[in-house]
Amino acid sequence: MNATKKVVLRFPSDIADRPLVCELALQFGLRFNILRASISPHREGIMVMEVIGKEKEEIEAGLQYLRQEGIGVESLSQDIRMVEARCVHCGACVGVCPTEALFMEKPSYLVRYDESKCIACEMCILACPTHAMEAVI
Amino acid sequence: MERVLRTYEEINEKIRSGKVVVVTAEEVIDLVAEKGVEKVAQEVDVVTTGTFGTMCSSGAFLNIGHTKPRMKIHEAYLNGVMAYVGLAAVDLYIGVTQPAKDDPLNKVHPGEFKYGGGHVIQDLVAGKDVLLEAYAYGTDCYPRKHLVTWINLRDLNEAYLFNPRNAYQNYNVAVNLSSKTIYTYLGVLLPNLGNAGYSSAGQLSPLLNDPYYKTIGVGTRIFLGGGVGYVAWQGTQHNPGVERTERGVPKGGAGTIAVIGDLKGMSPHWLWGMSIRGYGCSLAVGLGIPIPILTEEILYYCSVRDEEILAPVVDYSHAYPYGTGEILGYVSYAELRSGKIRLGGKEVPTSSQSSYARAREVALILKSWIQEGKFTLTQPAFPLPGVESGVRFRNLVERPASVNSELVGR
Ligand code: SF4
Ligand code: SF4
Repeated sequence: MNATKKVVLRFPSDIADRPLVCELALQFGLRFNILRASISPHREGIMVMEVIGKEKEEIEAGLQYLRQEGIGVESLSQDIRMVEARCVHCGACVGVCPTEALFMEKPSYLVRYDESKCIACEMCILACPTHAMEAVI
Repeated sequence: MERVLRTYEEINEKIRSGKVVVVTAEEVIDLVAEKGVEKVAQEVDVVTTGTFGTMCSSGAFLNIGHTKPRMKIHEAYLNGVMAYVGLAAVDLYIGVTQPAKDDPLNKVHPGEFKYGGGHVIQDLVAGKDVLLEAYAYGTDCYPRKHLVTWINLRDLNEAYLFNPRNAYQNYNVAVNLSSKTIYTYLGVLLPNLGNAGYSSAGQLSPLLNDPYYKTIGVGTRIFLGGGVGYVAWQGTQHNPGVERTERGVPKGGAGTIAVIGDLKGMSPHWLWGMSIRGYGCSLAVGLGIPIPILTEEILYYCSVRDEEILAPVVDYSHAYPYGTGEILGYVSYAELRSGKIRLGGKEVPTSSQSSYARAREVALILKSWIQEGKFTLTQPAFPLPGVESGVRFRNLVERPASVNSELVGR
């Protein structure tokens, strides 16, 4: 029986270039699928991945290691959805979205959401003044 | 004196006969580029403008009607949001930034501010029942002390929006130079210049199309919240004297207007309750003003483009809260609307707080109202204070008082 867990990793800009994720395989015998990743200059890097191990405890030990190395680790338990009827197309979410999943369509200037680019960082939920962006558990 | 091309009366006559020529402040740009100011000024009678954004200095007066027995309300809540009642017996003012009484505010930072006065106004115009809870101390003529009832906009005697400061002529661009995320009324600002927040419809914005207030004044009829309103006065903090570009565009927040209009004709699509993380509640207001092309000069000002409108970039982690006045530079609305600006060699993504798509919609609706003969223009009764007026926005000069024992607040 395998255990799996989907997690969001946040890399502060100063450690984004260290190959810490490989250690999950080398030290902890875990496998992982990278689902989405976004590392842009001057910003924290974000990676969403599925970690696979024999037991839950192994996965937790690996994640604990990443935390000690300064990486933010959160479980990805949700998808993000845009409730279009509540969106006033202000654009407050656009500049905080790290992956351009939210963008301003031109020339209509309507704000669009491309779910396939979303890494569930939830920044848009903080930024949206109309509760149009929400997490679906 | 500039040659008058047409008068208000002539424009209204054309509106009534269905012959008026109206374009939006966006459409006029291409027209002028193609044909020149002189020709377009001959052809176009009215240019419509629009904006839709958070306008914190807004609220509504409500008269709920008398109860039996009568009551002089001393404290009141609408859906749990406190209304101001320091007026006559059953007159209330609900301000848009008032959070619900039980809101945890910023105790858990950044606070969510889920529901406030702006949401109450949106619910009222949506025709929803709103819970009124009122208390009084009782008098000989107003004996009642307690009231809990549903109210609905349709039953109120009067309900009018009265916004002391709307439609800011230009505004700051906010950035964050600190190393922590900050939560401001210009949005969530990521650390180390992570993004930039701005809020203006730029080339569509009413006062940026009439930079010297040649046509917009007290009494001007406007589009307000999806209905009809009027400019009531200069807005609070009206500051016409700020530095301007060669074509008269203020290089920062300048003119403002106070506006009034019947809530009963308005729509929840154009009065939208806002919850700004870590900052508070507010209301996004749709507002549009028609500009009569009385002279060539007025048309020239209407042809202003986003490229020509500059906004000051201000650090909201320090310079703004501490009022240092420091400006990091200027960027144009064309750059802001492109999605990225360059600051100190860095590419910074932009977040708008006001909707350009909705601003455009306001200008188009106002245009169709005028074309269909439903909306005529009014000549201002009184101009807004202009550059020459000497009216200036001042900061408070504090005069410390040592009267601790007499203080009544918390
Ligand atoms: S959660 Fe929101 S801000 Fe984050 S990536 Fe998805 S859409 Fe963008
Ligand atoms: S912040 Fe919210 S309302 Fe504004 S564009 Fe984004 S989803 Fe729409």
